[in-house]
Amino acid sequence: MTEQAIEKQTESEKWEPKIIAFLCNWCSYAGADLAGVSRIQYPPNIRIVRVPCSGRINAYFIIKSLTDGWDGVVVSGCHPGDCHYISGNLVARRRFAILKELLEFFGIEPGRVNFMWASAAEGERFAVLIRKATEIVKKLGPNKKFEKKW
Amino acid sequence: MEKVGAVMIVGAGIGGSQAALDLGDSGLKVFLIESSTSIGGVMAQLDKTFPTNDCAMCIVSPKLVETGRHQNIDLNINCEILKVSGQAGNFTVKVKKNSLYINPDKCTGCGVCGRNCPVEAIDLFNEGLAKYAATSVKYPQAVPLVYAINKDYCIGCGVCAGVCKAKAVEYDRKDEIIDINVGAIILAPGFDEYLPPEVNKYGFGKFKNVVTSIEFERILSASGPYAGRVLRPSDGDIPQKVAFLQCVGSRDYTGEGQPYCSSVCCMYTAKEAVIAHEHQHEVKPTIFSMDIRAYGKDFDKYIIRAQEEYGVRYIRSRISSIDEDHKTKDLILRYENEDEEVIEEVYNMVVLGVGLNPPRDAQHLADKFGIKLNPYGFAETDIFNPVQTTKPGIFACGAFSQPKDIPETVTQASAAAGCVDQILFSERGKLITEKTLPPEIFVAGQPPRIGVFICHCGINIGGYVDVPEVTRYAATLPNVVMSDRNLYTCSADTQGIIKEKIEEYHLNRVIVASCTPRTHEPLFQETIREAGLNRYLFQMANIRDQCSWVHMNQPEKATEKAKDLVRMAVNKARRIAPIDRIKLGVTKKAMVIGGGITGMVAALNFASQEIETHLVQNESKLGGFANHIYHTLEGGDVQAYLSNLIEKINSNKFIHVYLDAEIETINGYIGNFKTTVLHGPNKDRVEFEHGVVVVATGAKEYKPKEYLYGQNKNVILQSEFEKILNTNGAIKDKNTIVMIQCVGSRNDDHPYCSKMCCAEAIKNALLVKKLHPEKEIIILFRDIRTYGFKETYYRKAREAGVIFLRFDENYPPEVTVNGSSLKVDVKAKKVGNLLIPTDLLVLSAGIVAPHEENEELGKMLKVPLNDDNFFLEAHVKLRPVDFATEGVFVAGLAHCPKTIEDSISQANAAVSRACTILSKDEIEAEGKIASVDPSRCSGCGMCIDNCAYNAIELIEDRRFGTVAVINQALCKGCGACSGNCRCAAIDVAGFTSEQIYAMITGRL
Repeated sequence: MTEQAIEKQTESEKWEPKIIAFLCNWCSYAGADLAGVSRIQYPPNIRIVRVPCSGRINAYFIIKSLTDGWDGVVVSGCHPGDCHYISGNLVARRRFAILKELLEFFGIEPGRVNFMWASAAEGERFAVLIRKATEIVKKLGPNKKFEKKW
Repeated sequence: MEKVGAVMIVGAGIGGSQAALDLGDSGLKVFLIESSTSIGGVMAQLDKTFPTNDCAMCIVSPKLVETGRHQNIDLNINCEILKVSGQAGNFTVKVKKNSLYINPDKCTGCGVCGRNCPVEAIDLFNEGLAKYAATSVKYPQAVPLVYAINKDYCIGCGVCAGVCKAKAVEYDRKDEIIDINVGAIILAPGFDEYLPPEVNKYGFGKFKNVVTSIEFERILSASGPYAGRVLRPSDGDIPQKVAFLQCVGSRDYTGEGQPYCSSVCCMYTAKEAVIAHEHQHEVKPTIFSMDIRAYGKDFDKYIIRAQEEYGVRYIRSRISSIDEDHKTKDLILRYENEDEEVIEEVYNMVVLGVGLNPPRDAQHLADKFGIKLNPYGFAETDIFNPVQTTKPGIFACGAFSQPKDIPETVTQASAAAGCVDQILFSERGKLITEKTLPPEIFVAGQPPRIGVFICHCGINIGGYVDVPEVTRYAATLPNVVMSDRNLYTCSADTQGIIKEKIEEYHLNRVIVASCTPRTHEPLFQETIREAGLNRYLFQMANIRDQCSWVHMNQPEKATEKAKDLVRMAVNKARRIAPIDRIKLGVTKKAMVIGGGITGMVAALNFASQEIETHLVQNESKLGGFANHIYHTLEGGDVQAYLSNLIEKINSNKFIHVYLDAEIETINGYIGNFKTTVLHGPNKDRVEFEHGVVVVATGAKEYKPKEYLYGQNKNVILQSEFEKILNTNGAIKDKNTIVMIQCVGSRNDDHPYCSKMCCAEAIKNALLVKKLHPEKEIIILFRDIRTYGFKETYYRKAREAGVIFLRFDENYPPEVTVNGSSLKVDVKAKKVGNLLIPTDLLVLSAGIVAPHEENEELGKMLKVPLNDDNFFLEAHVKLRPVDFATEGVFVAGLAHCPKTIEDSISQANAAVSRACTILSKDEIEAEGKIASVDPSRCSGCGMCIDNCAYNAIELIEDRRFGTVAVINQALCKGCGACSGNCRCAAIDVAGFTSEQIYAMITGRL
């Protein structure tokens, strides 16, 4: 292996993805808090943005995150049926089903954008999901799809 | 006699503070009297609370701050009660305010006096494990933050007076005696922990490494003597083997301790063991206990977690003696295990799970206030109203009437407030002054000037995140004009600092980087509002729950993340704007769902305050669960009580009862609900408006599938047995009666304790022994959970000859039919395998929540259920009868299994909480709601379909044609409309797209 290649390899080993997470205030954000209260450890790659409800999350928030260089996106709301706002997460679910196909069409690898559900009582589950999401994005490598080429 | 619209509360722990807040919020003047120099009581001394491991200081601190600055609460510290005269409605209390020797109006709490004091005094807050100056506050986050001079230690050198810039030190400051006129009194003096006598079998006081549980609590605390590290007092080493001894001073018939069960020790010991292991993984806890009394909501799950996840070892035994190894200071414990072997083990440290005694001045208080104490020295209370003392107009709450935990104390505090409401409702608003806030500073259009406050949270954040580094970094961000760090940003002193900084730096946006906005945002919002800023010019960065606590092993990465989170908050803060809250009217009527004892008590309390109440019962008669109960363990006549209640309900003109009723719809929101109910045999439809909802839907008795129930006529339930015993049913031919406990409780399907079955079994066993002393009764149990004073009945049952045999949960008894009689095969501890022929098998069936009904109602009210299908309150510790959804409350069995007395307390508590709303003409609604920009709206109507609250409609606008508009009172601010708006015409205040984009790009 050339010196350059070695350097490149160690650089990619050092690389840590940055992931943005949009969490609804009532379930997933509270679940993330519970993971904290219970001291359940997970990788420090995510940065959480609190929104009132997963229904608030505009598809453009997700696209904007990718174009702005975040390596991964996590979107999480209450479990279907548990929404604090009755049905906001169902609206979100329909929206994300369409968005998923659109992102695939753009060439975004599946797994880079992660849709999930976690309740206020699921601190452990939240940590597990974040661990998984981080692992997937790590495998995919840096998000370069929307890198400006000019 | 004229009634006085004021209340005195004696004792300002969590109970006294909660009662004060409830009453203050419902328009009564409150005089809160505290004997020590700050409020908060024992809860402020605790490190964490069970069963959620919530940080005690973090959850109690906002409450104390709120109490300290409440407009209607007059806080008096360092006080003594001298004389009480008068009667319910009008008491006069003579109070002596002992001098602090520091002028509280001048003291800023800066602490310079304490740092310069040359004399060391013992720090009682840290249980004597640390030293303090003679000039001190009780603890750094104390409310009110006023120093006091301890004259027992002060040598009068005058140094403190010399260094005090505020000129607050006044050595000759005199005691003050005042008369306070009030309409009712609540006594909440709490408890004192049991301290072993000088010579004791535990070696406490002689061996350095034997500490009490409350001392250990201070050792665990981040603000304690060892800064949260688990160290043993003799040499500061980490103790690897720690033994926790239960029932020290409780369940003790030797005369040394108390005969009753202290109710809380099993749980707090499990918590201390878990937290000790968490703080220092080397710590391997062992708990010695007789029974594990985890009878509360989600308590059993906590014990299981302690064993399975934290490796806590439980040994069923009481220690007979402790010796010290003189060299190592280790402790040698001798005990007998369940196989009757005597075992000797060495431990590095021993923690005594000490019980709760009545407060030392209980007799003094009782004499002054003219109330009676019970034989144990606690306040005697009414059998069906646990907060009513023997004197009308005087109530007791919390551990003063019986040892109890925090949620029960908070419930009773609200219940006592609810009983005060009944006496003084007509006097609301007469003695209070409105809170005057400074006018809001106009900030629109001005460049942002952001102040960032970063919290150490003791060591919770500071121990893992480099807080000084984050503070330095925050100062470099655009528009940040000030960046500072605090030990506890939520404490009273820091609120003062925040206000000062807002003025000093002309801040128009404030960011706090600390814990979660879910608990602390309102506190900080109130602070900046008091400084003249709009509440919404505030942002939080969650660098504890979502950073330091979850990345404990990666301090560098955690620091980097904290910086990112602060930067994202700053980016959002640069784009936030003031929001005006709208005011909503209040319909001063109530709906109570459920016509059992809980629902009826709640309805009667509302009605006695002349609040029109709709009582909705799904069965054809009132009474609920209590219809099957004849007596309480303590001898209360339930049937007489019940028929009295029903009669009162039926004759009250303020109560509308709907029987055989089902709720069709519930619409609306806090203060303005509209409900339709179908009731009666013809399902008549009725519609009514109300301002609050109390959920008191109860629960059911489990119908066992096990132990041949339903197949053999000699297998019956405890409730059926009770009916037989109380209706002269014949049990003459039944010579041997076996009872099995925990049927349908504490198993995989129902992993919780049903709380009342042990008491039920003992109650029925005692009744059998009274009627037919010759009958043999054998109770097969896993743990006997006769907590509190119920313990004495357990003892009575043993003395009466009832045989108690413990079986292992993994080997439940087996029942076989043998001709006409039954045989129970049980692997009993200490006795071995037994085959017991029995004539009657009585099953103590647990309590189960009606799953489908609760789920349906939960959806209608938008309130959650827990894993076991009971309703889930807003906060397990401090908001036990509130739901997260405003204006909706829970009480009784719907919340979790509990006794009749507890249900009655919860009913009164729910009413008290509801009255904080119903006593007002209007309330302020949440300001974070959606709005439509008509110039962008194309009128497509997509948002209408997505809105779950029917808050959006299309209108014809003069300038823009067909556009959507949002009803501000109906909008909850979820943003489902905004997320789907193809024209980007809808935005949600507080979560605008611009703000969220700013957070996204904030990374770069």
